[in-house]
Amino acid sequence: MIYLITDNTASAVPIARIPVVDYMDLYNDLCERMKHERYHVAHYFAAQVAGGGLRFYLLLLDDGESKVMISSFVPDYYSEEGLPSLTAVHPAFHPFEREIHELYGIRFNAHPWCKPLRFPFDRYDRNSTMHNYPFYEMSGSSLHEVNVGPIHAGIIEPGAFRFICNGEQVLHLEIALGYQHRGVESEMTRSTNRLRQSVLAEAVAGDSAVAHATAYAELVEKLSSRSRSTHLERERAVALELERMAMHIADTGALSMDIGFQLYQVACEALRTMTINTTQAWCGNRFGKGLIRPFGTNFPLTAETVEMIRRNVGEIRRRYNEVRCEMKESPSLLARFEQCGVVPREEMRRIGGVGQAARASGLCRDIRASHPSGVYAEDICHEPIVKRHGDVMARLMMRCREMLQSADYIEKILSAYTPLDDMPRPDYHSPLAAESLSFALVEGWRGEICHVALTDAGGRIVKYKIKDPSLHNWFALALAVRGEGISDFPICNKSFNLSYCGHDL
Amino acid sequence: MLLVALTVTGVINRTRAVLAGRKGLRFFQHVMDISVLLRKGAVYSDVTGTLFRIAPCVYLGASLLALLFVPVADLDPLLSFHGDVVLVAYLLALSRVALILAALDTGSSFEGMGASREALYGALIEPAIMLAMATLAMFCGYSSLADIFSTARSLDVNLTIVMLLLGYVFIKIMFVEAGRVPVDDPRTHLELTMVHEVMCLDFSGIDLAMIHIGGWLKNAVMAVIAADAVAVAVCFRWEFAAPAAVLLAGLSVGITESLRARNKLARNTTYILTVTAMSALVLFVGYLLMKNIEIV
Repeated sequence: MIYLITDNTASAVPIARIPVVDYMDLYNDLCERMKHERYHVAHYFAAQVAGGGLRFYLLLLDDGESKVMISSFVPDYYSEEGLPSLTAVHPAFHPFEREIHELYGIRFNAHPWCKPLRFPFDRYDRNSTMHNYPFYEMSGSSLHEVNVGPIHAGIIEPGAFRFICNGEQVLHLEIALGYQHRGVESEMTRSTNRLRQSVLAEAVAGDSAVAHATAYAELVEKLSSRSRSTHLERERAVALELERMAMHIADTGALSMDIGFQLYQVACEALRTMTINTTQAWCGNRFGKGLIRPFGTNFPLTAETVEMIRRNVGEIRRRYNEVRCEMKESPSLLARFEQCGVVPREEMRRIGGVGQAARASGLCRDIRASHPSGVYAEDICHEPIVKRHGDVMARLMMRCREMLQSADYIEKILSAYTPLDDMPRPDYHSPLAAESLSFALVEGWRGEICHVALTDAGGRIVKYKIKDPSLHNWFALALAVRGEGISDFPICNKSFNLSYCGHDL
Repeated sequence: MLLVALTVTGVINRTRAVLAGRKGLRFFQHVMDISVLLRKGAVYSDVTGTLFRIAPCVYLGASLLALLFVPVADLDPLLSFHGDVVLVAYLLALSRVALILAALDTGSSFEGMGASREALYGALIEPAIMLAMATLAMFCGYSSLADIFSTARSLDVNLTIVMLLLGYVFIKIMFVEAGRVPVDDPRTHLELTMVHEVMCLDFSGIDLAMIHIGGWLKNAVMAVIAADAVAVAVCFRWEFAAPAAVLLAGLSVGITESLRARNKLARNTTYILTVTAMSALVLFVGYLLMKNIEIV
């Protein structure tokens, strides 16, 4: 048996139960399996084992049966030969293999894209730095290169974009990231203080604070034998959907801004402020920081808060729907967004795209539906919204529809919600299972977030791996702008709105 | 005339703010920004040469000179001679060339792209300007702006319609010349989509101020010519023409920028060619009408 099969609601698995297989068996199996759309890779990483050497872990998601398949292998420590690259067959593996190569110097034979990923301090090859990143080059008298970044004109994060253009047309875009690397993963293992870890998880990507904190909290809870109350799950779902609403509205406004459409921009900005102020009124922070904690909450919902959230969400939903209907019929907006930045479904599948960008291309990847946990497994039967065209307009309409859906979910959860007087408080001290692997899958507004942790014999977290959906989707952006005018890059970029720090960690 | 130049931007900002439901900037905020810039020195990049340094002067000088040829209804311009319509058009073109050369001088890939776009649009809009000017000249038999407008008012009322159309065409030309939505967006921070703004990225302090002022003056030239054309049709008094210029330009730009998205860059050429086609059509209509008048 190659895989240990579990699901997103089960508790952590003992490391000893994870099969150790031969790499070639795994390789052959994956080559075959990944051809089917129902499988996609959630995480693939290497961890140092106690006696020296590396053990590789792979988490594969089976969307068809809501299963999570875990496998591992230990390559021969003294082998001089590299491993055959999975990326060469299935490009979805490229960020994972690049990371392993960068950290441990493992060679992947025939890897088409084996470049540094994020330049961590403890990388294998210290000579590889941002200054000598090996950009692709093209030669030709009519071609020119345009470099954008790493410092950008707006108040955004750093990242280098290298375009190769023929006049105004983009032939190729290469994205070099890593400028935002802070060492979050190793920081998570440096201390056992779980409050500190929760705060760190919130800081993985500022726009997905709730989603990442939820992933961390669920991961810790799975490592413990204590079960969490359904009230807590509902409150988390409300926070998560509020975050989704806020970000989708913000992106609608930002897309309007990039085409110089002031009217929708200011309308959305006002609505987004209303949404995040609702979160602030609930927990004191506009981005929901401090709201999600393991085993409990510091900000239990009261009858008044429930009433306030329902009222605001209803109002925002009504006003946003008006904006949406206007947008759909605005000719100058349609002229900009339709048929712009198309990522076909098949390409999205091959690169392992996730989240709303994948759904806009017709590829249904949604953890809330495929691997539900908590409220999504019980109260809400989530039906993912899927668009076919894969252009900027599809991604915009995706946001519009999801925002309305989220508002409906909040209303549904809260209308049946009776606040509890004695909600459990956060618990940072309950013992964790020893020698286990725990993972959490959460559908943030951008897509699937996967946290994985390994514990040692004392129940301490010794390895923590985070995967933000941006890791996969940056490549989708590079594909989207191929053949487009370079002046359309900003709207393509905004339509994905990917995270730099979520990628760089 | 200078007042027109100063107030147009204020009206644009105010219109946009009102339409966005905001309070907006102070009316003369842009003038204050410039006065701050004027008190600052300029910073030059190592790779730029003389071209880059003299460009702002040429830009401002050419725009100012063009302004001197333009009458405000019955107010005569300071300078005037036969054929100055052509000079005005090419002074505007000269200012454009100065800026393009300066942008190329910096060696930045953004500015190169901006310059190539600006050069393309400049080349495309030129026939529109010349055709519109030719229509004016054809009516009056004169080729200086001052004479044109002073004789035009004595012409037949049939020409009112042509004059109004001309006003419209000049406003359209102004959109392109001034780089406003839908051709260009002066508010954007995205270098890849900029046309005019990207060429000014390397200018600072007093140089930047000169370019901004030059831009206002160019705006004013187009706005006043448009208003003159309208004034000929309605009421030929400078008390009417000057506010008309401000309102026409300010409101039309402000409203367009609030209520629509800018064009895809590739579609701008079509947009500009439409303006050219329109001005050719006006010329044709004018010609037919004139023949008619002579026959009758």
